[in-house]
Amino acid sequence: MKFSTSNFELTANDLSAVRGERLLFKQLNFSLKNGTILYLQGANGTGKTTLLRMLCGLSKPYSGVINWCGNNINELAEDFHQNILYIGHLPSIKEDLTALENLQFSLALTGDSFDFAHACEVLKLLGLGKALHLPTRVLSQGQKRRVALARLWLQNLPLWILDEPFTALDVAATELLKQKIEHFANAGGVVVMTTHQEVLINAPNFVQLRLEDLDKPNHNLKN
Amino acid sequence: MKKKLSTLSVLYRVLARDIRVALRRQSDVAAVFFFFIIAASLFPLGSGADPKLLKAMAPSVLWVTALLSCMLSLSRIYASDHADGTLEQIMLSNQPTVLIVLMKILAHWALSGLPLVLVAPLIGVQFNLSGAELQTLALSLLMGTLALSLIGSIGAALTLGIRGTGVLIAILVLPLYIPVLVFGAGAVNAVSIGMSANGALSLLGAVLAMALVFSPLASAAALSIALE
Repeated sequence: MKFSTSNFELTANDLSAVRGERLLFKQLNFSLKNGTILYLQGANGTGKTTLLRMLCGLSKPYSGVINWCGNNINELAEDFHQNILYIGHLPSIKEDLTALENLQFSLALTGDSFDFAHACEVLKLLGLGKALHLPTRVLSQGQKRRVALARLWLQNLPLWILDEPFTALDVAATELLKQKIEHFANAGGVVVMTTHQEVLINAPNFVQLRLEDLDKPNHNLKN
Repeated sequence: MKKKLSTLSVLYRVLARDIRVALRRQSDVAAVFFFFIIAASLFPLGSGADPKLLKAMAPSVLWVTALLSCMLSLSRIYASDHADGTLEQIMLSNQPTVLIVLMKILAHWALSGLPLVLVAPLIGVQFNLSGAELQTLALSLLMGTLALSLIGSIGAALTLGIRGTGVLIAILVLPLYIPVLVFGAGAVNAVSIGMSANGALSLLGAVLAMALVFSPLASAAALSIALE
């Protein structure tokens, strides 16, 4: 898996977000090129998830634009969606389906074909070898998260947007995921992630962004 | 780089997956089916055994109960996908949301509307309907229930994430169901007084065609608002 051959760039210009009457963040600017990991930090309620959802195009910024390779992501729509792998705080795992069935569907949504043997291998690597054919309802929280994260091994998409990927994972799984993210960044992928855990990631372009608490109602909303 | 799946095969997978999920929760599917049978069977018990009266009220009774049964399961189309985050993934699919939404509606219809179409002629026999009337009933329900699922999907999408959706969906959707009910029951009534059902069925077809075009668009728009 190599992405360095083609150049990707995700840029945010002057982003701001408003929730209800509260300004979450303003004048956010960044540019992420191949191999960059953007690590979002901030207390609860500072807009980390909101920012991630904006970067996917799920919610619209109050002001500012987000560009993918120079084009507005809202105009690209499906052309942009085929590049992102988004794992939100909800695992998007259907409890009535097995781990394999869930993965097959998640992959299909981004147009990726499903390699049964490869998927079994990845799930075994993630310690779910015994749970391949069980409905995910019987799995623990951490195991469900691993099923959702298995997509990172199975799909070949250049932009990962991960909301709290380390939540509910044990030490071994955290280590596996950390290595996977490092490997992906070294191969030229772009990662935007949030986490409350202190995870040391070794990557050439590791950028930290701290969202500050701007708890001032109606703060410059008119501008 | 692996080859990307074609639009059709992605849509097929969405349809197959929704049907599979519904079949793993058979009680939900069975509830709609038995509600229809029981509700429609209560009318003859309550109104006495006058064959003429039964025959006269059969089209409206069967149509209204079919309509209410379809409405029972509407919230199921999107609610669980919204709760577990699948809806976000659907919005981020590389296929148009409108088409995926259409597949979800078709899956819903296949397991709530279609069984009613199949069982309605049997129930119709209880009401002393003739062969021609039963045929028209099945045909009008075949088109009508699909239109009901399509229109209902807009209500289900609009009420997503709101508490106490059941009553709200009914208030939103029932007025929109009126044309389907009028033309659907009208087709069966026309046959029973010896006229052709073609007029009512064509109008029902027109309602279905309109719903087929506009409902997925409206539902997809409502879903993206719900996820905002």
